Amino acid sequence: MFDMIGNIVKNLFSKPATRNYPFAIRKVPENARGHISGIDPEACIYCGICQRKCPSDAIVVDKVNRTWEIETYRCIVCSECVTVCPKQCIYMDAKHLTSSTKQDRILCKGSPKPEKVAAPKAETPKPETPVAETVSANA
Amino acid sequence: MGKTIIPFGPQHPVLPEPLQLKLVMRDEKVLEAIPSIGYVHRGLEKLAEQKDFMKNIYLVERVCGICSNMHALSYCMAIEEIMQIEIPDRARFLRVIWAELHRIHSHLLWLGLLADSFGFESLFMQVWKSREKIMDILEKTAGHRIFISTNTVGGTHKDLTKEQQKDVLATVASVWDDMKAVEKVFLNDYTVQHRLKGVGVLPKEIAYELGTVGPMARASGIVFDHRTRGYAAYGDLEFEPVVETDGDSWARTKVRLFEVYQSVRLIREAIGKLPDGEIFTPFKGFPDGEAVVRLEQPRGEVMYYVRANGTKMLDRLRIRTPTFANLPSLLHMLPGSSLADVPVLILTIDPCISCTER
Repeated sequence: MFDMIGNIVKNLFSKPATRNYPFAIRKVPENARGHISGIDPEACIYCGICQRKCPSDAIVVDKVNRTWEIETYRCIVCSECVTVCPKQCIYMDAKHLTSSTKQDRILCKGSPKPEKVAAPKAETPKPETPVAETVSANA
Repeated sequence: MGKTIIPFGPQHPVLPEPLQLKLVMRDEKVLEAIPSIGYVHRGLEKLAEQKDFMKNIYLVERVCGICSNMHALSYCMAIEEIMQIEIPDRARFLRVIWAELHRIHSHLLWLGLLADSFGFESLFMQVWKSREKIMDILEKTAGHRIFISTNTVGGTHKDLTKEQQKDVLATVASVWDDMKAVEKVFLNDYTVQHRLKGVGVLPKEIAYELGTVGPMARASGIVFDHRTRGYAAYGDLEFEPVVETDGDSWARTKVRLFEVYQSVRLIREAIGKLPDGEIFTPFKGFPDGEAVVRLEQPRGEVMYYVRANGTKMLDRLRIRTPTFANLPSLLHMLPGSSLADVPVLILTIDPCISCTER
């Protein structure tokens, strides 16, 4: 009986256990695996290890054109690619993605590889600035 | 009055997963129950033969959400047995810590669902409130709430820092306190006893004959817990299996409730004895041979059979899950019970249909 009265008084003056979602969003822990946010297109050597190790085949790496692409909703966020990357240049964001009706891809394009032997050309190709294009449904 | 057939499921408020039971009824009494499963078959065993054996760790983790970590653990243990990989001591203890955290969250989920199945909403919410703390600590330590993906062939992916260990200990201590308060309701409340005591009695001999596993078997007095065989680091930890002898739904509830405390004790002991060192043994090559691994999931014994042929693809992967072993005992308990008790009886075997159908 006294337990119950104590509980009633406690419940009247304590904060609710639930959150007022979507206005109050839970703080995600720092090392949470939310989603892969992309790579550093300049540091990446486009070796394709992440593509081979990805359990859901969500990553496509093109060594010739120097592009790295991930299908975000195919990714199961296991962080295998982050672990195996020899350059440690795949970034993971702690924020979880919300559901969507559209396909979501992240495309990272590196600048063209500098030629090993300097070609005797009149004009040298201008190195492009790194482009990290994001085609996102949640943008 | 003639017989009536009531289709119970596949969509029913008490069932989180699709299981259909055709109940042959006379008045309010069940005469016979005819199960029909196959609504969530995904062909995971076949898919495992077409994927790299390392990718399969993530695949088998998705056999079932609630015991995901232990599916990966048993698969990794099977591959390690084939390739004769000795894993580091620290990894063995880490595996126990995460497995027991998973056991707590599974048992709390079950206790909540049980309370919900007989309409005790506030108890359901109290239990799930404490479960949320376990989910949060899983996310803090491993990065994900359910699919923690900590196990890999040769050890673990992740390590626990000193601070994370403290966090885990604080969380399990607070869950312990919460459960001590809730325990009074489960053990003394009139409503709970009225709905559970003497309902669905499964005597020890019949439980043994039907091959019942896990908490179901232990509630019927069978002392059978795979953890006592000492896989991972369980051999270095001290514990006794929780056993009840009544064999009714209340006994099953008590077994799972006391196993929450047992898991908390195991986590404390494992963190206390956690050795320093590596968490992963590097290895090379592909598995060649076959292995059978059995271990104790929250719901009971799981069996993994792996046959490999020296390439990166496996020849065969066979999974026998605890719910598959417990379904015959459910069909034994249902005849003679009243329709109102059917949801409680289905819940007491802790059904996981995704596991069963894979």
